[in-house]
Amino acid sequence: MSRSVLTRGALYVALAVAALVLLVPTFVRPAPAFWPWHQPIRLGLDLQGGTHLLYGVDLDQAIDNTVDRQMQELERVLRQEQIGAASVERKGRTVHLQLANKDKRAQVEGLVKDRFPNLVAVPEPDAEVGDLAYTLEPRELQRLRDNVQEQALKIIRNRIDQFGVTEPTVQAQGSDEIVVQLPGIQDPQRAKELIGRTALLEFKLVARGPEAGTLDHPGPNVQVVPGKSEKGRRTSYLVERRTLMTGDVLTDAKVQQGTVAQGMVVNFVFDARGSKEFGEITSANVGRQLAIILDGVVESAPEIREPITGGQGIIEGHFDFTEAQDLANVLRNGALPAPLKLIEERTVGPSLGKDSIRKGVLSFVVGSTLVILFMLVYYRGGGAIADGALLLNVLLLVGAFAAFGFTLSLPGIAGIVLTIGMAVDANVLILERIREELRLGKTARAAIEAGYERAWYAIRDSNVTTFCSGLILFQFGSGPVRGFAVTLCLGILTSLATGVFGTRVVYDFLTSRRRLTTVSV
Amino acid sequence: MKGDSSPMATSRPPRGAETPAPVQHRFFELIPPGTRIDFVGLRFKMLLLSWTTIAVGLAWAYVGGINWGIDFVGGTMVHVKFAAPTPIGDVRAALLKPELGEALVQDVGRAGNEFQIRVRGAEKGGSSSVSDAIKADLREKFGEEPYDVLRVETVGPKVGKDLGRSATLAVLAATLVMGVYIALRFELRFGVGAAIALLHDVLMTFGALAIARMEFDLTTVAALLTVVGYSVHDTVIVSDRIRENMKKMRRESLATIMNISINETLSRTLITSGTAILVTAALFVLGGPVIHSFAFALLVGFIVGTYSSIYVASPVVLYLEGRQARR
Repeated sequence: MSRSVLTRGALYVALAVAALVLLVPTFVRPAPAFWPWHQPIRLGLDLQGGTHLLYGVDLDQAIDNTVDRQMQELERVLRQEQIGAASVERKGRTVHLQLANKDKRAQVEGLVKDRFPNLVAVPEPDAEVGDLAYTLEPRELQRLRDNVQEQALKIIRNRIDQFGVTEPTVQAQGSDEIVVQLPGIQDPQRAKELIGRTALLEFKLVARGPEAGTLDHPGPNVQVVPGKSEKGRRTSYLVERRTLMTGDVLTDAKVQQGTVAQGMVVNFVFDARGSKEFGEITSANVGRQLAIILDGVVESAPEIREPITGGQGIIEGHFDFTEAQDLANVLRNGALPAPLKLIEERTVGPSLGKDSIRKGVLSFVVGSTLVILFMLVYYRGGGAIADGALLLNVLLLVGAFAAFGFTLSLPGIAGIVLTIGMAVDANVLILERIREELRLGKTARAAIEAGYERAWYAIRDSNVTTFCSGLILFQFGSGPVRGFAVTLCLGILTSLATGVFGTRVVYDFLTSRRRLTTVSV
Repeated sequence: MKGDSSPMATSRPPRGAETPAPVQHRFFELIPPGTRIDFVGLRFKMLLLSWTTIAVGLAWAYVGGINWGIDFVGGTMVHVKFAAPTPIGDVRAALLKPELGEALVQDVGRAGNEFQIRVRGAEKGGSSSVSDAIKADLREKFGEEPYDVLRVETVGPKVGKDLGRSATLAVLAATLVMGVYIALRFELRFGVGAAIALLHDVLMTFGALAIARMEFDLTTVAALLTVVGYSVHDTVIVSDRIRENMKKMRRESLATIMNISINETLSRTLITSGTAILVTAALFVLGGPVIHSFAFALLVGFIVGTYSSIYVASPVVLYLEGRQARR
């Protein structure tokens, strides 16, 4: 017997055994400890139940926020240097500065150049001498675009990890989207609140005295910030525009049992810089109210009774335990660089998932039985060989899912069923061609030879085209549709391997052993 | 496979006894060899039939509208299953909350106990979401027990718009890629024929989806793309044979060669498509409501695709041949 036939045959047997080994953990749970593979096939959310959330990162907002921060910093520096500015405001992405004293222009330009490497001057032709305009440097803009999604991804991943779901997935999609998959979560309300929260913590002073103004007419440097609504009532606060500190100086936050009146509180710890700053702020403002603002809502506004230098503080807001826990979680992991917008939400219950698996498997069994029977009846011996290849094909295809850790979705199962119907195409082409050659009076072996050779062009072209449409589908789709595209393309590869090259081994084996005079096709 | 001949076949010298015996082969055959159906002669009638059907389908879609899934228009879908069969009217009557405006209720199971409730368009704001409103309404009418919420999906309106454009682009790109590939492998006119046949398949499937009021969602587009990729199979088989016969029968007219080629490959065209149609039918009947419209689109697309490789692709090639000859 030829070595080539032997090696090729052995290769297919090895592949089949490998696929079986890989598939055992999927069907036998748990797989025995000595088994070399323990990863079952990953099921998509549509099969195991759970929640899929798609968020869009608001890049524009992230850029605006950065410009805002730079502007606030600039204001601070100007105050420090005692340079009076008549007005500082943001228009679009440009910071406009109007100096009270025009002679200080050069000094300001020097300051910006030294301390604000991310700002570039915008030339304004009809501006007066005391007017300056700055915008973000293009490189900084690009860096923001590149980083915002990644930063948000990291923060959400941390939040979700501390949320307690088994095997969550948090992935970037495209340049500004984030996919969160939570297997087993049926009611995503809490998860959505946890993820969607920007968690920007700000400390501002509550305005007092005549410059505070009223809620309808706040003073010039005062803004109205809504408070938390309690028992249907919502109070608003007049606070100074100036942000004293933000939450980026926190190192830790945890839930604590407060007094009976307080209920659950969240205790936060500042880093060294934060402790120092907080100490200074509280020392300078004893007797005033400090508003603790989270995402634009005043959580509480306690009075500063004495300087707080311990580097710790608490937020109280009549939380229940989970609320406090989630708040501590988001504070610990930092604020999102940009707000997230929920674009898509899909929840699948566990019963539908099980039902889908059952129906998918049923269609598979019925579909493949029909095809196998048809091939057997129509092509007899040749059909039997093709059927063998078909079974090996399914084994390899499903084995590939286990090996590469692809996620199997319902459309993926449909793709496997479809592969059954398409995989025999190659065999039909070959067998029909063999029949034709036999009719011309060729010997069995010559007919087989010619059958494979002549059918190959049509097989190659038809598979290349389907593969191409699979690639386009992959590019176009997301989630389950991608699963289908992957199955389709993988199925083409495995069916070429089994239906064309695999069956050839069998025919070569048959023709090499004895002089084959008849072939059953 | 070319050149991959078994070493055995070459290493063993052919014996003298191996003269072909006049064996009478008896195969189980769908289409007996020597069948001569005049496909090419029928082409104008079929042309009329095809494009009339497409026109009807598109007109239907235009007048009656497409049953867009929320993937495309945005909105909320809640899929519920009752323990016992429930009249669809009762479910409709339950949905009274004002934010549910035009809630569409569709019976999706076979037992009359599974329904998809869809509210199209973006959430109108307010404190509670549309899905919560639907769940609350159902709870009010039926209580907590007799039904199970299987699926909840919410899609923002912006995604929908982007999706429509990228879906159209993807289908067109796929068609173009197929056409170019066939043109490179065969001749330009075969590529044009294949592309027009694919467009024909997509349009006809689209019309069938509209007439059957099947939901048009993301998986339906996946089905259309698959149809585009798979329908080329038959076109490849027929074109491959036409090319082969053109070399063999230099004296015959293209029309005759085409007719012979289509007839010669008829059984394999029908069988390859047949097996695909068989498994798709299994998916359509047994696959459940989640992939119902997906399986439907595949089923229709495969059937139409088989027909089009015979009646659409070849006539186009013939027409282009005629133009070339006249020039």
